[in-house]
Amino acid sequence: MRLSGSFFMPLLFLVVFGTGIGSSVIGGMGQGDLDYVTFLYPGIVAMVVLTNSVMASMSIVWDREFGFLKEVLVAPISRTAVAIGKALGGATLASCLGMVMLVFIPFAHVKPSAAGVFMMIGVMFVLALSLASLGLYVASRIRSMEAFGVVMQLLMFPLMFLSTTLFPADRLPSWLGTLIKFNPFTYGVDAMRQAILGSDVAAPYGIELFGYQMPIILDVVVVALFGLVMGILAVRSFHVQD
Amino acid sequence: MRDIIEVEHLVKQFNGLLAINDVSFGVREGEVFGFLGPNGAGKTTTINILCTLLKPTSGRAMLNGFDVSRDQEDVRMSIGLVFQDPSLDIKLSAMQNLEFHAGVYNMPRSLSRPRIEQMLKMVDLWDRRKDTVHTFSGGMRRRLEIARGLLHHPRVLFLDEPTLGLDPQTRSYIWEHILDIRKQENVTVFLTTHYMDEATVADRIAVIDHGKIIALDTPAGLKRMVGGDIITLTTQAPDAAIEEIGLKHNIEAHRDAEGVSFEIENGEEFIPTLLSDFKSGLQSISLRRPTLDDVFMKLTGREIREEAGGVAVMKKHFGIHQTRMGGGRFH
Repeated sequence: MRLSGSFFMPLLFLVVFGTGIGSSVIGGMGQGDLDYVTFLYPGIVAMVVLTNSVMASMSIVWDREFGFLKEVLVAPISRTAVAIGKALGGATLASCLGMVMLVFIPFAHVKPSAAGVFMMIGVMFVLALSLASLGLYVASRIRSMEAFGVVMQLLMFPLMFLSTTLFPADRLPSWLGTLIKFNPFTYGVDAMRQAILGSDVAAPYGIELFGYQMPIILDVVVVALFGLVMGILAVRSFHVQD
Repeated sequence: MRDIIEVEHLVKQFNGLLAINDVSFGVREGEVFGFLGPNGAGKTTTINILCTLLKPTSGRAMLNGFDVSRDQEDVRMSIGLVFQDPSLDIKLSAMQNLEFHAGVYNMPRSLSRPRIEQMLKMVDLWDRRKDTVHTFSGGMRRRLEIARGLLHHPRVLFLDEPTLGLDPQTRSYIWEHILDIRKQENVTVFLTTHYMDEATVADRIAVIDHGKIIALDTPAGLKRMVGGDIITLTTQAPDAAIEEIGLKHNIEAHRDAEGVSFEIENGEEFIPTLLSDFKSGLQSISLRRPTLDDVFMKLTGREIREEAGGVAVMKKHFGIHQTRMGGGRFH
């Protein structure tokens, strides 16, 4: 049941949007010449990573609700280790599910290269770890299951859709264009796209920051930095004993 | 015999609410120490501080020679807990829950395997070791938690309302286990409860109310505080009865749930004297030895039971988690 939201939904997007919107787009997306479904594919993989890593960390709210978390907190293990362990576990799970998405490469008309696939897996893991840290931090601040639904709407959906997952950044009105640049997930999607499609093909869909085109390595750095900040905040939360 | 727990001037404040107000006591090695008081008195907060789940606002607490604020991992290694709210992973089997615990407490497999078997057999759950905890009754889960709490040979076992919500038969069954275990394991038991009969099992009891310890003694010593037997009578005119008893015998009686009560030494010998000239419409009379209920009434003027029942019912009704009072994000 947990899989259905965090795997089948992105898959559905890929298949339905990819085909549906793809048939409306004639002659390539935006300023490049990609089919919509090809353009869409990396963002969907990123989406799978996002939903699963955040949800995995949020399972801590369940643990608290059912009391199991207390058993962990009272045990003689470092709180930092508990936090990092949880994040790593979620990241691994999310990355594995992301890798399952590789199966759909032919459907998305992507021409895979070995290097591309490896790079994408690497990006997947960094993104997963970063988002798992975000999930941990959010989980540390909400105390009930009801808040879950609120978080989904206020956090997950903007993260997912205020990015270049569904549409490229080049022709957006300036307010939207600027908004998506504040979203760390946008850089994750761009990194994913550059990894699997190759920087040349993905170039027209890249992000421009202060007039400078973001190469894949910088995208990854942005994501990693975000994760680091979230991770520090999450670990600090775990140590609170007030 | 040294004190295995030392608490000095402990204070805990939550956003203006003073949960623990200058509490000091010591727990001797090997004893069963009881913390008795109504819900909200500060029992769970005290345990949480001693278990390093909460930091004190001020004051000091030492457990097994370690400071609860500074040597947290050492303290945690020395303690086992059975919480008020269950803390098992219900999706795992009994065995798996214990294996997880052994892992997290750094027990090598060579030690944990026989120990797990010993503990499961001690609480009569060996046959159900492979079953998911989801399928266990409340009493079984509590027994499993006791087995788990003792797995790593702690010096102190904390039991926070260990039989709350269980039926009387299960309750006595669990207590049999606990007392057996105490003998076999040579462990100090720190117990919090609002059940009077449960507290009587303790070697010494601290009575806590509104964050302060109002008495600390053996159960017998506390009962002596009440000053004798308790005579309860029901009459048609309770206020007149109280007045009459006061004037004729110089005894201060009070009204309670059962009728009109007062304490007197050698109650049996007093009854004939009382009845020889009683004019306030006597309906019935009874005599009993003092219980901890009476101790609490004597100390605070309130009954512990109505406090517990009322608050617990209210909390259940509004779905309020007891633990939320404990503060902190991971409570």
